[in-house]
Amino acid sequence: MRVALPGLILLGWALMALVGPALASDSNALHLAHILGGPSPAAWLGYDDLGRPVMQRLVVGARTSFLVAVGVVSLSATLGTFIGSVSGYLGGRWDRFLVLVIDIFLAFPGILLAIALAGILGPGIDNVVLALTVVGWVGYARLARAQVLSVQHRDHVLAARALGASRWRIMMRHLLPLISAPLIVEATFGVAGIVIAEAGLSFLGLGVQPPAASWGSMIRDGTRYLLVAPHLVLAPGIAMLLVVLAVNLLGDRLRDHLDVRSRTRRF
Amino acid sequence: MAGWIAQRLVSAAIVVLGVACLVFALIHLVPGDPVDVMLGQSAQPADRAALRTSLGLDAPLDVQLGRYLDRLAHLDLGRSLHSRRPIAELLRERLPATAELAGAALGVTLVLALPLGIIAAVRRDTPWDYGATGFSLLGVSIPNFWLGPVLILVFSLWLGWFPVSGREGAGSVVLPAVTLGTAMAAILSRMVRSSLLEVLGEDYIRTARAKGLGFRAVVLRHALGNALLPIITLLGLQLGVLLAGAVITETVFAWPGIGLLTVEAIKQRDYPVVQACVLVISLTYVVVNLLTDLVYGWVDPRIRLAGRS
Repeated sequence: MRVALPGLILLGWALMALVGPALASDSNALHLAHILGGPSPAAWLGYDDLGRPVMQRLVVGARTSFLVAVGVVSLSATLGTFIGSVSGYLGGRWDRFLVLVIDIFLAFPGILLAIALAGILGPGIDNVVLALTVVGWVGYARLARAQVLSVQHRDHVLAARALGASRWRIMMRHLLPLISAPLIVEATFGVAGIVIAEAGLSFLGLGVQPPAASWGSMIRDGTRYLLVAPHLVLAPGIAMLLVVLAVNLLGDRLRDHLDVRSRTRRF
Repeated sequence: MAGWIAQRLVSAAIVVLGVACLVFALIHLVPGDPVDVMLGQSAQPADRAALRTSLGLDAPLDVQLGRYLDRLAHLDLGRSLHSRRPIAELLRERLPATAELAGAALGVTLVLALPLGIIAAVRRDTPWDYGATGFSLLGVSIPNFWLGPVLILVFSLWLGWFPVSGREGAGSVVLPAVTLGTAMAAILSRMVRSSLLEVLGEDYIRTARAKGLGFRAVVLRHALGNALLPIITLLGLQLGVLLAGAVITETVFAWPGIGLLTVEAIKQRDYPVVQACVLVISLTYVVVNLLTDLVYGWVDPRIRLAGRS
């Protein structure tokens, strides 16, 4: 149960993203007679301020958030893991320099740098991915570095080095498998963070541009009609909440399963 | 101790310099010519040249960086392209609103997180604990740009208790503060719980209980005091998240702070103002982190002595 329900939600999210365009061919069609119309049998979630069906917009928004989340997390996890493990493994001057770079990036709180970057690069899904990756790699780099520092003196690594294995081979074959568990957990929670961040950027008008849909831009457009058509804000918000909750729940389970954190003592 | 403080100050100064360089680089990431983007294609050549000179974009990159850092050292943040006013003045106008919001949000965080965390730790594995866990999971999963409109819908439009937006009257800060403080309370309550559980397993707690001290005295006086260290650190770290979150929360509630100024400047392509806002918010974060570090080292000698051994 604790895995099944969140798993189903995420499966639904991925399906909407992958086969969404076939389901939501009507997402930009204007039904002028139904402007701001509430939920009805013809349109489960009603219509928005231009008379577009909210359900279909939601499916298109799911695709946006899924693509951005998968894109940003894979890019930033790969880049961060690479930089972090190289930094930890090489040590010395390189390590000091890379730690300084990481510290500088960490000095920008949360999503602020991404907001500024997305604002300066201009709107669009590519720039959203770029801005969030530039901000996102740092967490993985710090984690990978710390992990490499803690495992690089293990016997099997020393043995591989004594056998003349190259640095690259040691990193890829002997270190990466050892440090991957916490990184996978971090990446899982990262998906939830990116879903919120993408929607946040779109809420500020910095994400995908109309007529394309994002859950964030749907919420922003809906706030103007809060009193007459609250479903415009509630529907995308609840969809996002379900996805983020599901990811967080699965992340918790995964962390327990991989036993990343030590257990605290009982009172 | 003095050596340790000096070391922390030097590394903070290096980070500040790096942050300033990165903020300087932002304007060079504008696709195409920044002057075209700011003034539009139809601007007069004379205006374009004037803007290029006033932004210093006609000099080589290293000279530009040198001038930028020099101006910063003299606390000169330049002028807004939109209102033509000095940016420092704009920031000074907006600062009280952001400080008020951050302070109120911090209050909401503590009021929610401390009782929740304490109850969850003391009543571990009971419905109380599960309830607190559920709250924190919801809290971190609800984005503030959705929580804000939902709170407006319920408490302003339906119940009419608070104003919808703006900063007029004492009640206007309540909804923005709750919006901003909830996510932080969710994270902090988990920290209070785990930190308190750690301490409650210590021998001196058993001694205190064996002495016959009441439950309240043991938890509040003996345990909480020692559990506070990691909680203070997390608060320091989270204050940055709070400042960044203020950008979105201020936009939702039209709260006239630095966050709203940042978003307005992005929309008006007023890049010097965007740079200044990002710089000021980030520097505040660095300073808060530094202070947290110093307080932590002062309270817990193990931290500042760790480097010596």
